[in-house]
Amino acid sequence: MHTIEDVPQRKSTRRLPAPVVVPVLLVLLAVSGVASVGFGAEPLAWSAVVDALGNRLTGTTGDATFDIIVWEIRVPRTLLAIVVGAGLAVAGVGIQTLVLNPLADPYLLGVSAGASVGATAVITFGVLAAAGLWALSVGALLGALGAALLVFGVAMAQGGLTPLRLVLIGTVLSAAFSAIASFLVFRSDNPQAAQAVLFWLLGSLSGAAWNQLPLVAGAVLVIGGVLVAGSGWLDALATSPDTAAALGVPVRALRGGLFVLLAALVGVLVAVAGSIGFVGLVLPHISRMLVGVRHRAVLPVAALSGAVFLIWVDILARIAVRPTEIPLSVVTGLIGAPVFLVLMGRRHYRFGADQ
Amino acid sequence: MRPLTAPVETQPIQATDDHLTVSGLACAAGKRVVLRDVDFAVRRGELLALVGANGSGKSTLLRALAGVRKPVAGEVWLDDVPLRTLSARRRARAITLVGQEEALPADLVVGEMVALGRTPHRPPWAGGDATERAAVLAALDQVGLAYAVDHPVEQLSGGERRRALLARGLAQQTPLMLLDEPTNHLDLRHQLGLLRTVRGLGKTVVVAMHDLDLAATFCDRIAVLHDGALLTIGTPADALTPAVIHDAFGVLATPVTHPVTGRTHLLFSADETEPHP
Repeated sequence: MHTIEDVPQRKSTRRLPAPVVVPVLLVLLAVSGVASVGFGAEPLAWSAVVDALGNRLTGTTGDATFDIIVWEIRVPRTLLAIVVGAGLAVAGVGIQTLVLNPLADPYLLGVSAGASVGATAVITFGVLAAAGLWALSVGALLGALGAALLVFGVAMAQGGLTPLRLVLIGTVLSAAFSAIASFLVFRSDNPQAAQAVLFWLLGSLSGAAWNQLPLVAGAVLVIGGVLVAGSGWLDALATSPDTAAALGVPVRALRGGLFVLLAALVGVLVAVAGSIGFVGLVLPHISRMLVGVRHRAVLPVAALSGAVFLIWVDILARIAVRPTEIPLSVVTGLIGAPVFLVLMGRRHYRFGADQ
Repeated sequence: MRPLTAPVETQPIQATDDHLTVSGLACAAGKRVVLRDVDFAVRRGELLALVGANGSGKSTLLRALAGVRKPVAGEVWLDDVPLRTLSARRRARAITLVGQEEALPADLVVGEMVALGRTPHRPPWAGGDATERAAVLAALDQVGLAYAVDHPVEQLSGGERRRALLARGLAQQTPLMLLDEPTNHLDLRHQLGLLRTVRGLGKTVVVAMHDLDLAATFCDRIAVLHDGALLTIGTPADALTPAVIHDAFGVLATPVTHPVTGRTHLLFSADETEPHP
């Protein structure tokens, strides 16, 4: 029997409903996408961008220069920013749930350090030269998957994919792979190798091309879709593995599946864009602040906000020090850190168990 | 043993009366044996209390009964089916386990936390529909927490947390519930209220608890664990004898009659011959 006086007055959470946030983010995404096509070494007016896009879509011919800049360079680049940003944010949500750790980012599973070994081998020693333009991506992907496989194998051999074990093994093996990559750079006779490796490691979308988009977009859509489909189980897993088991969630299988999906997703993302820091760490937290912690809401919101965020990061990377481009991780770190700290301070936010 | 030729109509329906049967159960943590040679049955519809000193194996036994903890020996039967042959999902549709100090994610609201109890009843991509909302509200109402449905879990008091966890268990809607010290952190009124709620469910319930007097008052039978072994199981009067209490807890118990209700209660005093723990 609780009367009104009985009930302590407490503030409920200030969350926004996902059905409101998602359309807003979609509009933001469309606007940001068009803006991204306009910005660059050759600034284009909105009208020129819209004309060029419209001409393509309606099949009429317009200004050929604008058409090439817009359609062959900036549109694929913008689409890649959308796909990679969305993928990193989704992977961040997944990894933070898998290891129950708010500091986890998509590269925790050794994927990015492994990719850097592959990429460095390609850049410094011309490994995989037969693959031509794809050598760097293929090398990075092979390195990423190899590293993930090693982390998986070691964790399983030591008793299973428990959160603490994954964090420790991932961190330790990442350090080892980074050391190997550094050694390769050190041994290289090519003086430009170090800079090329550094630029790649810090992430860039400058290599965007139409032919790589289907694979990356497919990976993000399929794996993101599978994660959304498993959101009820992920909610239980995020509570605690014990609780999830009592609630009938096949915890071992879920962890194994999650690991494989995340390693594949991040491996593909690293292969096309290098390792872009901060997106996969921070956007999941911002999304949870916006719509709460249920994965069914967090995953789509994280994907959209990650896409919008990376579009603007890439715009800044292109125009900040024209005509050279700066690596994406430089921008994500410089904007992301203060934004995140302000958000953490403004709103009450915690992650994981409250004990 | 009953002769096989016994007429069918005189056979008691003993087999179906046992909801959960434990035979030769043993559990270990590393090399340490936490439970050994546990044999008993939980009868359908009864409220069975599990008592014993700290570390006597209550939580481990409940987790083994729920099928979450794999025993190193022995078997747990749900009706006639070995628990280990069931999928996690089917198990969770039959048995609810509410742990003792379950961590609650700070950023969930109470309604969402209780809705987790629906997990075994829905595919992982579904949820949030009207039936779920109804089940959640009904469960919260049963523990008197309906007002807190939209509160963040972290703002609950200790007692509210316990009741919210029980509500999650109720939302799981299984015929068998295993509750690990559900009255912890509750004030007297809420302890009684919670046990009365549990009693009124009409379900089979096994509840680990420390308050022997409450256990004797509310439960049909009491199982006493000591050092990983089942000391005794029976009605409160049979199980909670001064001798058993001395063995299990190392304290002296004196039965006294309540001057008003006439019920028998136990008074405890330290056994000065026992070494201080």
